[in-house]
Amino acid sequence: MSPDAPPSALRRLTRSNLFWPVVALAAILVFDAVATPGFLSLRIQDGHLYGSLIDILKNGTPTALIALGMTLVVATRGIDLSVGATVAISAAVACSWIASSPDPTSGSAALVGVLLALGLAAVLGLWNGFLVSVLGIQPIIATLVLMTAGRGLAQLITDGQIITVSNPLFAQLGGGFLLGLPLSVVLAAVLFALVALVTRRTALGMLIEAVGINPSAARLAGVRARGITVAVYVFTALCAGIAGLMISSNVTAADANNAGLWIELDAILAVVIGGTLLSGGRFSIVGTLIGALVLQTLTTTVYSVGIAPEVTLVFKALVIIAVCLLQSPKTRALLRRRAGPTRPDETTDSAALTTVSRP
Amino acid sequence: MNRDDTRSATTTAPPGAPRVAPSPTARVPAPRHRTLTSPRVLPVIVTFVLFVVMFGAGSLRYDNFFSGQVLLNLFIDNAYLIVLAVGMTFVILTGGIDLSVGSVVALSGVLAAKLLSVGWSPLPVMVLVLLLGVSLGLAMGLVIHFLELQPFVVTLAGMFLARGLCYVISVESIPIRDPLFTAIAQGTVPLPGDTFISPSVVVAVLVVAVGAYLLHATRFGRTVYAIGGNQHSATLMGLRVGRTKVAVYAISGLCSAISGLLFAFYSLSGYSLSAVGTELDAIAATVIGGTLLSGGVGLVVGSLLGVLVLGLIQTFISFEGTLSSWWTKIVIGFLLLVFVVLQRFLVRRPG
Repeated sequence: MSPDAPPSALRRLTRSNLFWPVVALAAILVFDAVATPGFLSLRIQDGHLYGSLIDILKNGTPTALIALGMTLVVATRGIDLSVGATVAISAAVACSWIASSPDPTSGSAALVGVLLALGLAAVLGLWNGFLVSVLGIQPIIATLVLMTAGRGLAQLITDGQIITVSNPLFAQLGGGFLLGLPLSVVLAAVLFALVALVTRRTALGMLIEAVGINPSAARLAGVRARGITVAVYVFTALCAGIAGLMISSNVTAADANNAGLWIELDAILAVVIGGTLLSGGRFSIVGTLIGALVLQTLTTTVYSVGIAPEVTLVFKALVIIAVCLLQSPKTRALLRRRAGPTRPDETTDSAALTTVSRP
Repeated sequence: MNRDDTRSATTTAPPGAPRVAPSPTARVPAPRHRTLTSPRVLPVIVTFVLFVVMFGAGSLRYDNFFSGQVLLNLFIDNAYLIVLAVGMTFVILTGGIDLSVGSVVALSGVLAAKLLSVGWSPLPVMVLVLLLGVSLGLAMGLVIHFLELQPFVVTLAGMFLARGLCYVISVESIPIRDPLFTAIAQGTVPLPGDTFISPSVVVAVLVVAVGAYLLHATRFGRTVYAIGGNQHSATLMGLRVGRTKVAVYAISGLCSAISGLLFAFYSLSGYSLSAVGTELDAIAATVIGGTLLSGGVGLVVGSLLGVLVLGLIQTFISFEGTLSSWWTKIVIGFLLLVFVVLQRFLVRRPG
């Protein structure tokens, strides 16, 4: 940054990677507030908070959680397409275990089911990490294997049936409340805070970025790239496992066919909207959170305004295109050129005059 | 990025080293005795052997399996997927990916069905659908190349847009009753030995032939391989990188639209929810057919074989009768794994 011409506060703000996602989120919320009276209002019922905003948080939690893990994977220059399949497998394992245990309503059945599901999710993550870092297979294709086979495995576990469970403890995960907020939201918030803390207050975040920017250089500099890569895939799979438990607990059933369908795409979008580049390197946990909120708010808006829900996809596509275009350095450069070369203007007034007077 | 070693290979590697992505200006053919084991051809041969073995195993296990018609049915049932895989091969060879193809198939079908149902005549409908496919692909290609956005994200947006437009046109399935469409759908092309194929197969085979010609015998095709090998080098060599990159997405869009029409012939309806996840099948077929997802290596005929192997798995499951459909996914995943690992060890790369 040159000392003689510090960029104005506004300019610094618009250059921030978070600027456009926040603007998008604010714009959608303002639209909602105008179009749907009472959209922003919250009410307390039985000591729990209710309202459209809470719905957005609650419905967006699984995607946000997966996006959290995905951010770290993407930061290492990877991608994990298998999270949707992991969601289905985790849901299938937990629900099958609970449904087939001697007492399907007992707390211990729920606990063991949840632990089994998370354990299996971790194994799946380990598998992805093994393919990527030990065998050196491209992440997109390495995780495509599990994406394709995983949903089949989930159906194998459930035998193609939708398994319903009625376990009070398990139902808490998706439908319970803590401190007036949905339990799932609190859980996700804690995880977000933890990851943000661990990656930003320790060197771990920097090491992950180093692996993403240049794996060989990171390795030569003594970063244990292989271990970090495996760890982020395991973490993402765990996030997907938790999300799968939340989804199945929320509907008290495991649907191997549809649980977490296309959630990997939403999660990747949340990461991209949040300003983390798919080419790896710098990542933003806050950005991902905002990205996930943008997606969910958009979906909720389409429902609440009364547009046919089927058309959500069109809006989603348009928002993605708009945000990605605004974030692309190339588009910004083009826009700047169109608006006139502003950067030299700040140093000399005469330069500005000549630009303006040019026909 | 993936083939930074191209330059050093030409100077330091001993003569006869497998050259993965021949530069467009290279006139020296690869030494013949290495051709069959070159990383470019070997996976295709492995796929072919796999196909033959699977077909043989099926013939031994099931009655009525070993017949020309079972083989031809693979083409009939998967004609639309063959066309998709050809388009996908072009895109993947440049190191890109096109996630929008499944949605474009559905959009083409729904649009065609809708226009026919409001009284358009079939030929303008087909032309319009093909134009739509090309335009969508072209638009995505332009954004990818000129705004330097990642193909994954852009085609993902394209996927959502096309699927959303389907719903905008119609949520319900629209039947197609147009005489020309039904004639093509029910028409057969008799072949010797009391067998037949559908007109769609003819289209699919034509697309494969044109695709193979474009890739293997034209300057454009050479440029596609060069971009996949190393885009930076291709640019420095003065190749028309931009034009070619945009063109492959337009080709993929066109293939998706053709595939959409074939799918409409096959199902005689246009339905918003059809062809969900077909992009994954197309990608899987391409990979099983020996194309590297990092670009630069692959053959169109490999993708054709990939589709046939996928089709054969379906045939097995329908012949077995008691096997559940989810075994298809598990087997496809397993095959993907085998081929990816195989390629990994065939194409040894430093780093």
